[in-house]
Amino acid sequence: MSGSLAFVLGLPLAVALAFFALAAHERRTGTATGPGFFQRNGLGVGLYLIIAVGFWAFFIILLPQLAMVDMSFRPKLPPAQMGGPKDVYTLENYRYFLFGSTTSTDAWNWLHIKAFLLTIGVSIAITVLNFAICYPLAFHMAQSATAARLRILLLLLILPYWVNEILRAFAFRVLLSSGGIINQMLMGLGLTSEPVDFLGADIGLYMGLSYAYLLMMIFPLYNAIESLDKNQVEAARDLGAPWWHIHAFIVMPHAKPGIASGCTLVFMLTAGALAAPLVLGGPRTLWFTPIVYDRFYQAFNWPQGAAYAFILLVTCIVFVLLVLKAFRLSLGEITR
Amino acid sequence: MAAAVELEGVNITFGEFVAVKDANLTIEPGEFFSFLGPSGCGKTTLLRTISGFIEPTRGRVKIAGQDMKGIGPNKRPTALIFQNLALFPMMTVAENIGYGLRVRGVARHERDEKVKNLLIQVALAEHGHKKVSELSGGQKQRVAIARALAVEPSVLLLDEPLSALDLKLRQHMRTELRAIQKRVGITFIYITHDQGEALTMSDRIAVMNAGVIEQVGDGRAVYAEPRTPFVASFVGENNRIRGRITAAEEGLATLDTPLGTLRGRNPVGLAVGEEALLFVRPEALTLHDNGSTIGFEGETLDVAYEGSVTHVTLRARTGQKMTASIGASTGVALPVAGERLNVGFRPEDGLLLAHPGRH
Repeated sequence: MSGSLAFVLGLPLAVALAFFALAAHERRTGTATGPGFFQRNGLGVGLYLIIAVGFWAFFIILLPQLAMVDMSFRPKLPPAQMGGPKDVYTLENYRYFLFGSTTSTDAWNWLHIKAFLLTIGVSIAITVLNFAICYPLAFHMAQSATAARLRILLLLLILPYWVNEILRAFAFRVLLSSGGIINQMLMGLGLTSEPVDFLGADIGLYMGLSYAYLLMMIFPLYNAIESLDKNQVEAARDLGAPWWHIHAFIVMPHAKPGIASGCTLVFMLTAGALAAPLVLGGPRTLWFTPIVYDRFYQAFNWPQGAAYAFILLVTCIVFVLLVLKAFRLSLGEITR
Repeated sequence: MAAAVELEGVNITFGEFVAVKDANLTIEPGEFFSFLGPSGCGKTTLLRTISGFIEPTRGRVKIAGQDMKGIGPNKRPTALIFQNLALFPMMTVAENIGYGLRVRGVARHERDEKVKNLLIQVALAEHGHKKVSELSGGQKQRVAIARALAVEPSVLLLDEPLSALDLKLRQHMRTELRAIQKRVGITFIYITHDQGEALTMSDRIAVMNAGVIEQVGDGRAVYAEPRTPFVASFVGENNRIRGRITAAEEGLATLDTPLGTLRGRNPVGLAVGEEALLFVRPEALTLHDNGSTIGFEGETLDVAYEGSVTHVTLRARTGQKMTASIGASTGVALPVAGERLNVGFRPEDGLLLAHPGRH
C-alpha cells in the first residue's frame, strides 16, 4: 500500500520538479526571459495554479487513464481474488479482441474486429461529411455574412445543443422511424409506396453522428477562416482564380490548423460516441463503443472493457498523429 | 485605338448613400492616371468598380472599348494592387508572382521563365525562394507589382499602395513606379489622398470630393487652374477670402471683401453682385513694410523657416489666418513675429471662383 502511495504522490512531484528544472535551465541559457512565474503571479496565486493544475492533470486525467491501462492487463477475477496470487499481468484481454474466446473455432474474432474497423471507417467518413457541411457555412459566416446574419446563424447553431444529446438521438429516431414524419411525408408525396427503413440502413446513425459534433467542426473552421484577410480572397479573384482555386489554394491553406483541429475533434468524438450508436444504430450494425459498454456492464468484464477502450484510444491517437504528419502540421498548431 | 477605361454616367449607391455620382471619364492607353481626394470621397469605390468587385448602380464601365457589365474581376484585363498588398503569406515570393499564371494554366517551365524575368525586373532576383514575411516593406511592394504585372493586364489599378511606407521609401517608390509604368507602357490608375504623389507621378489627375469628380486635368492644370473651390483648397495650400463682385472687366474682377477691395482673375465669368471666393497661393503673397496700396494689412504670428522656403503665418484685420511662403532665393527680408505688414499680390495670381451653394 505504501508503494502505491509513493507512486500517487511521488509521480506528480517528480513531474513538477522536472518542469521546474526545465524552467530553471531555460532561464540560465536565456531561452526564457521576463519575470519569473512567481514574480508574475505572486506566491499565493502561483502555488494555487501549480497545485490546481497539477491536481487536475494528475487526478482527473492521468490517474484514471493509468488505472484503466493497468486494469486492461489483468485477468477478470472475483473481488476476493484481486491482489491475490492469480492477479498477474496478462495479454489475455488483447488476445481476446483479435482471436476471440479460447473455445471459439474461428481463427479471428471477426465480430469485434469488424465492428472496430467499421467504427474507424465510418468515423472518417463522418468527419469528411462534417467538413463538407461545415466548411461552406463557416466560410460564409467568417467572410461574407453581415453582423446580424452572423448572430442569427450562431444562435441557430448553438440553441439545439441546449437539448441533451440522448434526447436529440431519440428525436432523430422518432423522425426517421417507419411511421415517422419523414416517411409520412415521402409517402404523402408519392415518392415511395412503403416506408423507407432509415434506421435499419443506418442513415439515422450517420445523421445523428454528423449532427452530434457539428459545432466541434464549425467553430475551429470559423475561427481560422475569420482571421483570413478578405483582400487575399479578392486578390486571388482579381488575378483570375476561379472560386474553387481560391478555396483550395488560398482559404484552406490558411485555415489548415482550424481544419485539422476540427477534424481531429470530430473524428475522436465520433469514434468514441456512445449515445447515437446505442439509440440510432441499426440492428445489423455493431458499433465498437457499445461493445466496450457491454464488456463493462453486460459481461461485467472490466479488464476486457478497459483493453477494448484502450485499443480504440490508441488507434485514434495514432491515426490523428499520422494525418497531422501527412498535412505537415504540428500538434501545437491545431490549438491556435 | 479604344480608350483604356471609359466611365459613362457611373453612379454607385449603397442604400441611401451615394458613393459615386455621375462619373464620366476617359482614360487613355498608356496613361498614368490618378484619382486624388480625401478619404471617403469615393475614389476606392470607383477603383473597385473598374476592377469588377462592385457593379455600378447606373452607368457603364468600358475597358478597351468593351462593356464590362456582368464580367467578374477574374475575367477583366485589370490587375489590382491592394492598399495592404494582400500578398499570400503561405507562398514564396516566386509562387506569389506566379499565382495569376498558375490559375490561367500556364505550363510550369513557361511560368518559371516569366517569374524569373519579373523578379529581375523588380530587382528581387535573389529573393524568389523567400517567404513574403522575410521581405522589407519596399520589397513586398515590388512583389505586389510583379504579381499584378505577371498576368499582363492592360490596366493596372493601384489603391494607395505607398501609404504604409515611410517617407523616404515612399518618395523612392514614386520614381520607381513611374519608371515601371514607362517601361511596361500599360495604363496605371492610381488612387491617393496624397497630392504630392498625384502631382509627381501622374499624367492626369481627377480630383474627387464627396463622390463627384470635380476636375480632371494634368498636375499643372489642377494646381494652377482649379475650377472649383474644393480643388483650389485641396490641391496645394491656398488662402481663401470671401467677398462680393463689384466690377468685372476683361478677365479680371474686383470684389469687396472684409479685408478691403481686392482684384483677381475671373475665369468662370462671375457677374457683378455675385458671392465669390478669392484664392491666393501662399507663394503669390508678397510682404511689404511700407504703405503699399495693393492688398491688405496683417500681423505676423509665426515665422517657420524651412530652408528653401519660409512660411509666414499672418492674421488679417478680420482675425482670419493666412499663410505666405517666401522663397529663400527671393532675397526678401523675413519679418519677425508681431510685426505689422502690408500683404499684397498681383491680380493675375488671385483666382475668383463662385461661392459654393450661392448660385
